[in-house]
Amino acid sequence: MKRVTLALTLALAAGLSAQAADAQTLKTIKDRGMLSCGVSQGLPGFSSPDDKGNWTGLDVDLCRAIAGAIFNDATKVKYVPLSAKDRFTALQSGEIDVLSRNTTWTISRDTSLGANFTGVTYYDGQGFMVKKSLKVNSALELNSASVCVQTGTTTEQNLADYFKANNMKYEVIAFGTNDETVKAYEAGRCDVFTTDQSGLYANRLKLANPNDHMVLPEIISKEPLGPMVRHGDDQWFDIVKWTLFALITAEELGVTSKNVDEKAKMENPEMKRVLGSDGNFGEQLGLTKDWVIRIVKAVGNYGEVFDRNVGAGSPLAINRGLNNLWNKGGLQYAPPIR
Amino acid sequence: MSTEARKPPAQIALKIRRILGGKAGWNGVAVQFAFAAILGWIGYEIVSNARANLENQHIAAGFGFLRNNAGFDVNQTLISYTGSDTFLRVFVVGLLNTLVVSAVGIVFATVIGFIVALCRLSPNWLLARIGELYVEIIRNLPLLFQILFWYLAVLAALPNPRQSISLFGLSFVSNRGLVVPRPIGESGFEAFLAVLAFGIVASLALRIYARRALFERGQMIRIWPYVLGLLFGLPLITMLVFGPPFSFELPQLKGFNFAGGSRIIPEFVALTLALSTYTAAFIAEIVRAGILSVHSGQMEAGSSLGLSRATTLRLIVVPQAMRVIVPPLTNQYLNLTKNSSLAVAIGYPDLVSVFAGTSLSQTGQAIEIIALTMGVYLLISLLTSAVMSVYGWRVSRSLGA
Repeated sequence: MKRVTLALTLALAAGLSAQAADAQTLKTIKDRGMLSCGVSQGLPGFSSPDDKGNWTGLDVDLCRAIAGAIFNDATKVKYVPLSAKDRFTALQSGEIDVLSRNTTWTISRDTSLGANFTGVTYYDGQGFMVKKSLKVNSALELNSASVCVQTGTTTEQNLADYFKANNMKYEVIAFGTNDETVKAYEAGRCDVFTTDQSGLYANRLKLANPNDHMVLPEIISKEPLGPMVRHGDDQWFDIVKWTLFALITAEELGVTSKNVDEKAKMENPEMKRVLGSDGNFGEQLGLTKDWVIRIVKAVGNYGEVFDRNVGAGSPLAINRGLNNLWNKGGLQYAPPIR
Repeated sequence: MSTEARKPPAQIALKIRRILGGKAGWNGVAVQFAFAAILGWIGYEIVSNARANLENQHIAAGFGFLRNNAGFDVNQTLISYTGSDTFLRVFVVGLLNTLVVSAVGIVFATVIGFIVALCRLSPNWLLARIGELYVEIIRNLPLLFQILFWYLAVLAALPNPRQSISLFGLSFVSNRGLVVPRPIGESGFEAFLAVLAFGIVASLALRIYARRALFERGQMIRIWPYVLGLLFGLPLITMLVFGPPFSFELPQLKGFNFAGGSRIIPEFVALTLALSTYTAAFIAEIVRAGILSVHSGQMEAGSSLGLSRATTLRLIVVPQAMRVIVPPLTNQYLNLTKNSSLAVAIGYPDLVSVFAGTSLSQTGQAIEIIALTMGVYLLISLLTSAVMSVYGWRVSRSLGA
């Protein structure tokens, strides 16, 4: 891990010149024929490889949607698995074009890393998981507990804040990767495993007996997760931002991967604008007129992506909750395509 | 030769010419300076280029972040530390953790290494085979694997705190580590420390006196009864006079974990075990080579003088072997220190884990943090080398070489 960081840092120091002057990410990607996408090292539901090495997950689908919009081929993505602490360096050094790796949007990350968040793919919050045998029902009963956490995350700081605010003592054991953290929790090194609540559900599936463990009800932080791009290329920033908005808009309009061709033939003016038979929004982005059709054909709409990866259609079975559309009680909202 | 007649400045110039220019003379010196200038220019360009580009991309730069609040906690701190301390303090905490695991590891590795080497050289067949087996198994397995093995094997074998193994109700072993009573200074503490310090100094002085008596007058002085009295008897009397120097705070199970007492975390134990056993395998081979490099006639000479095997080794063979052992031994010490950065795999909060890991991703200032971390490792390594060089020089000198 240290070697990776070192290599990335050297690349950062030496290669910055090339990246700073050259703001043509889209052109680079087209020339390369591949989108380079930074993902996690394996978090079920968000980004994890299956036994054949195919990546799936919510974060992965965003990359596939972008690749679909550019190449009309969702498979033209190179996935770069990154640990929490290597992810920003990889983006800064130009190793990846977009970081889609359950990363929390905070002001310090938005302002000091030379990168921008483009939106929120998943509204999350930090929670705690414990063994049922501990007979703990609330995070406020965790005084003097040992807590396992992955290093280099906002989780680590929220944890310190929460225990301090509630006047409780704790011991923190911080590991480099998610898998090491889960393994130590399972080995009994700590009483509590903490990360974003979606991550808790995802990691629970990795444990030998998922039913022996429970997620506590408290959510101690706001964790809006979203993709990041480098500073200095506004066109690329727009493409990544509007890919997510296209997914959400498609769900709002009821456009799915199954009915997208029929919907494209409809005479509804909004539908015509979004699906490209009216206006040239796609071309203004640097894409094609049918960009939304391409995106929906690649991965479906936001609702389909959610259900398939983390929602009712997946082993995680997480409720839509905050991630429902704005008109259905959630927070997902896209500015109009017009 | 009439070098005395030459003026000193000319001598210095000549010296420079000889050292830098070699056979090429002044032309060689010019080439050397040109080369150094180009290197310096390249270095300057890299730094200023990176700096300018960081600024262009609005990536924060500089070391100002060291004064910011870290906002996260660390589970082993040798100095007091809370989440509201600065990144500079995190740096010191991590550095101390690295130093302590390296120092303890080096001591254990050396002891185990010497023992294994002596086993391998022993005329006892079983001991020799055990030594050989140890070296061949340990040095041929990857270190990271061994660290994980010790960590997970040790953790899996230990019970949770509520079922912890009690050692006479004073100390407890569980998968949270070893909890021992913590000494707390009482009224007699200062007097006790002063007497102990006096005892140590007096014992050392006595030893120097005894050695001098032996070498200069050939007089053997038995000093161990005095040393025993100074180191144990005197403090014991002080304790009786001034009262006990400290009392013990006993660990008690409260909630999830033990409250009170001092705790050695399992990450530290696993890392120390792995680092010292691994490095010991290499040290054992170095020591064996060193001892074998001493002519066998020395051993025979020792036994013909009527010295036992152990005494011959201690007084004759090992001191001569040290000359061969010290330089490669230094390498192993450096390796151990550098290998301690694998700590991040098992969550031991060393410098790489808390500073080049957590702090790096909290601040995003990769270049500054990695440069600082590399600088520290370089400094530790150079200091270790320097100390070992001095030791090696003393060993050679005492042998008259």
